[in-house]
Amino acid sequence: MIKLPPVNWLSLLPAIIPAFTGILVLCWDLGMKNEERHRLAWLGILGLAITAVVSFCLLGRNEPAFNGSYTLDSYAMFFNLIFCLAGILTFLMSIQYLHTSDIHAGEYYALILFAIVGMVVMAAATDLVNIFLGLETMSIAVYVLAGIWRQRLQSNEAALKYFLLGAFASGFLLYGIALLYGATGSIQLGKIAMHVNEHGASTILLIGVAMLIVGFGFKVAAAPFHVWTPDVYEGAPTTITAFMAVGVKAAAFAAFARVFLHTLGGIHGQWEGILWVLAVLTMTVGNITALVQNNVKRMLAYSSIAHAGYLLVAMVAGKELGGAALMYYLVAYGLMNLGAFGVIIAVGRRGEPNEEFADFAGLGFRYPLLALAMTVFMLSLTGIPPLVGFVGKFYIFSAAVKAGYLWLAVIGVLNSVISAYYYIRVIVSMYMHEGDKVPEKLSARPALAVAILIAAVGTIWLGVFPSASMALSRLSFLALG
Amino acid sequence: MEHAHATAQALSLSLSVSYLRYIPLFPLLGVLFNIFLGHRLGRKAVNIVSPGMVFLSFLVSLHAFWNLPEGGRLVDTMWLWISSGTLHVDFALQVDQLSAMMILVVTGVGFLIHVYSTGYMAHDHDVARYFAYLNLFTASMLLLVLGENLLLLFVGWEGVGLCSYLLIGFWYTDDEKASAGKKAFIVNRVGDAGFLLGLFLLFWTLGESNVWTLSFSTIQQHIAAVPAEVATVICLLLFVGAAGKSAQIPLYVWLPDAMAGPTPVSALIHAATMVTAGIYMIARLNFLYALSPTALSVVATVGAATAFFAATIGLVQTDIKKVLAYSTVSQLGYMFLALGVGAYTAGVFHLMTHAFFKALLFLGAGSVIHGMSDEQDITKMGGLKSKMPVTFWTFFIACLAIAGVPGLSGFFSKDLILEEAYASPLGSPMLWLVGTIGAGMTAFYMFRLLFVTFFGENRASHEVQHHIHESPASMTVPLAILAVLSIVGGYFPLLHFLSPLFGEHHEPHVAPLIKYLPTVVGLGGIALAYVMYVLNPAIADNMARGLSAFHKLLFNKYYIDEIYDAVIVRPIVGMSNWLWKVWDAIVIDGTVNGAAHTMEANGSLLRLWQNGNVQNYALSFLIGAMAILGYYLW
Repeated sequence: MIKLPPVNWLSLLPAIIPAFTGILVLCWDLGMKNEERHRLAWLGILGLAITAVVSFCLLGRNEPAFNGSYTLDSYAMFFNLIFCLAGILTFLMSIQYLHTSDIHAGEYYALILFAIVGMVVMAAATDLVNIFLGLETMSIAVYVLAGIWRQRLQSNEAALKYFLLGAFASGFLLYGIALLYGATGSIQLGKIAMHVNEHGASTILLIGVAMLIVGFGFKVAAAPFHVWTPDVYEGAPTTITAFMAVGVKAAAFAAFARVFLHTLGGIHGQWEGILWVLAVLTMTVGNITALVQNNVKRMLAYSSIAHAGYLLVAMVAGKELGGAALMYYLVAYGLMNLGAFGVIIAVGRRGEPNEEFADFAGLGFRYPLLALAMTVFMLSLTGIPPLVGFVGKFYIFSAAVKAGYLWLAVIGVLNSVISAYYYIRVIVSMYMHEGDKVPEKLSARPALAVAILIAAVGTIWLGVFPSASMALSRLSFLALG
Repeated sequence: MEHAHATAQALSLSLSVSYLRYIPLFPLLGVLFNIFLGHRLGRKAVNIVSPGMVFLSFLVSLHAFWNLPEGGRLVDTMWLWISSGTLHVDFALQVDQLSAMMILVVTGVGFLIHVYSTGYMAHDHDVARYFAYLNLFTASMLLLVLGENLLLLFVGWEGVGLCSYLLIGFWYTDDEKASAGKKAFIVNRVGDAGFLLGLFLLFWTLGESNVWTLSFSTIQQHIAAVPAEVATVICLLLFVGAAGKSAQIPLYVWLPDAMAGPTPVSALIHAATMVTAGIYMIARLNFLYALSPTALSVVATVGAATAFFAATIGLVQTDIKKVLAYSTVSQLGYMFLALGVGAYTAGVFHLMTHAFFKALLFLGAGSVIHGMSDEQDITKMGGLKSKMPVTFWTFFIACLAIAGVPGLSGFFSKDLILEEAYASPLGSPMLWLVGTIGAGMTAFYMFRLLFVTFFGENRASHEVQHHIHESPASMTVPLAILAVLSIVGGYFPLLHFLSPLFGEHHEPHVAPLIKYLPTVVGLGGIALAYVMYVLNPAIADNMARGLSAFHKLLFNKYYIDEIYDAVIVRPIVGMSNWLWKVWDAIVIDGTVNGAAHTMEANGSLLRLWQNGNVQNYALSFLIGAMAILGYYLW
């Protein structure tokens, strides 16, 4: 009999729990009446909460598995917390949303959980093939989720577009992996790092790096690989858009930053120029194009592109501060974006998505608290202190300044000034225009309200008291070694 | 040298206390009260709690003022706010002589404006929301002047910007008001960009010598590490921020438009709070500006130019609030003029006296508007002297003060500024001359306003005339208190009080002509206004007709708004549209909906691949990939 190598089950726990929960959801779904299906969401939330608690308790440990191809370190665990947060808030927002749309709950919840499994693998993968494995696990689930509202053409179209272009991007990524293997003789990140530090970068390796940038650039929606984003974000069900904008982006950055800041950190000088240009392009295209949008969901899609640009600034800054700023900003970005999408879901009704700017008119008077929450999210996205978006941007730009990228910080600041215009438009609509689009009576949705409340409190709390979470992100980043 | 000595002493005397936090906290509690309980508990509770909270912070401010150590400061460090690597920013408040004066003005004048608002807003349906904004505004301004570091100052800085925007748009139904609010926000964002860039450049420059800090006292300790040329750039960038907040050329355009808001808000923005933020910031960073005579001369020149320019516009406006708005822009110009010639004490002194008489003018104007059934055009007023005696007499005192009539507060501060503009090493006769002419125009347009509004025959319709009444006590008592302050404000020993920060004040030595001419010119302006608008009103009309082209130019404010729109706004919107079209419409060809319809028509999902959409996406993708590859292979 072939002896199996010992497996470090502890390190796999954060991936196993959501996977198992997903299977449980599918099984339970079989014998369930339609009106009971919201229980599936609570099961999913329970699974993710356990995952989060496990990840939190394991913080500070370093659990390698599979011969160094997979390592559950604090870096991975920090990202697990982001994924669980995104997952839990998405679930809370979904319960009522699935009622008003015709999405089948069983596979919907299971797919989100499976996507999270992929994300967890991506964050902890310490070899290139595992990164790819995680990426595909996540992506395939998300392709389906984008098109899961089968009766809606835009949803179908979003899924197909995302899938076709995603496959295209995966090709680049895989080719990059192959070239890196060819150049260094290993797919393990640690060995690649050693090789790079000793021998520097060969042309083949650099071509591989270019391919990786394209592949990751697609997933994080960096210009010019961002073109799919507005269509897909607008077409997908809003809950999934929120999940993609936060979870998928965080996962992609988890792998992106691990490979570039850690493994390829030795040749920082060889790729920072490209990321510098991508960062500037991404921020500028995202912000300028967002100015003229009339659909709030689409505006948020462009805004998420712009935010990918700020995150790239953190990548360029690199080192401890840049890395920590990147991780902190992903939390900040996650909270305020999930909240904003939550409000969009809240003003929609069956058959009336109410996603245009004009649809928000008068919201401030009919639903003062909902509008207040949206105001908080928009101001935070703009970068108004003392909200979390400001603190996050300050971390990123000060990391860039400290690393000597003064001009990049300048361009970032100017961009963030431009962005005020379109975020403020939402506030203007809510408080300064009268409108009748928002229904007199929105049905009570306690779960959604809780999700928005969590996001709003987090947006304010982490802005006023950011130092604990900032310290956590720094320690987690340092765990990369 | 003396200055450096004084500042070193100030740094050494830091007293740690833990009550400063209550100063911004009370109004913040007022905000929460108004949001969550205001509607439920009703107007009466709101009318008591909102001004009450500001009054409580006034009391705490007084306490801080009495306990301020001689030449030292109080510091309240609450928690470590931001910490990244070697940078630590505390959530800390400080009260030194400058902050002490500012918080007393903000809470004192702010309280009077709150009380006044209870009367002024008595008929408005949503008083809780109004007071929520007003309290938030006060809290933000307090944070701004209390912050111990640049970042906390920025919190307040953005806060007042945001509140002004919300308050201006308070009467949301009016589209014009909403757009005025938006303009205020955007111009302020331009200023913010300058501020943030200056902040990061300062941060970076100090970092070059391994000092990563944003705290005022630490910056001051290491200020020698900033090279003079860099200091100039930093100062100019920060000045862009100050010009945005304090409405100087070329960013003043929002302030006159901001008149759209309720009148007490104008009083708050113009007198006690927001517009003084820029003055405060430069006074706070005086040790930085001291490094750059170039930047200071820019500040002085822009200030003098604004003082003059805005005064010319004020000469012909007919909307009572517009006249006052341009007078604010002009008076702020005087303050910047003072800062620019290094006379920080004089600038801050004028900030305080201006807070008293400008608040009084706006509240008086509000009282007039209230009594005239919301009429703002002075050509439709007249003869209100007897019908609104308290309003008239207090307004009259304010006019005397702003015109610089000897004995009243404005006389002392404005005279000091003009003397310094002449005698200071950084000053020049030209600055003095421009300022003096401006002073004459100020006296003229203020008394024109007074005479047209309160003298002669009433020109309103019968119905409006029938309703004219003096305002209630909640409005007239604040007017009376402010009138007293406008008189006695000049006698406060502020110059000596501020000396630990700005150095001992020495009365500048100037020739009697230089000293007395501004006062004579001011009195001349009053006399001219009396002749033109009381003795022989025909002169004014003839002049307007005789110089019609010039009059039109002034009346339309030199068409600056139109020019900005054509040169800045339209090109940006155009570029945005163009980019959007290029990316989304031409290259990518069609929107989601369009594509979905095509898909429907063809009945096949795979058609999507052929309608050009996805192919074009992939193309943009490929071009990007080629560019990156090209970079490596080149």
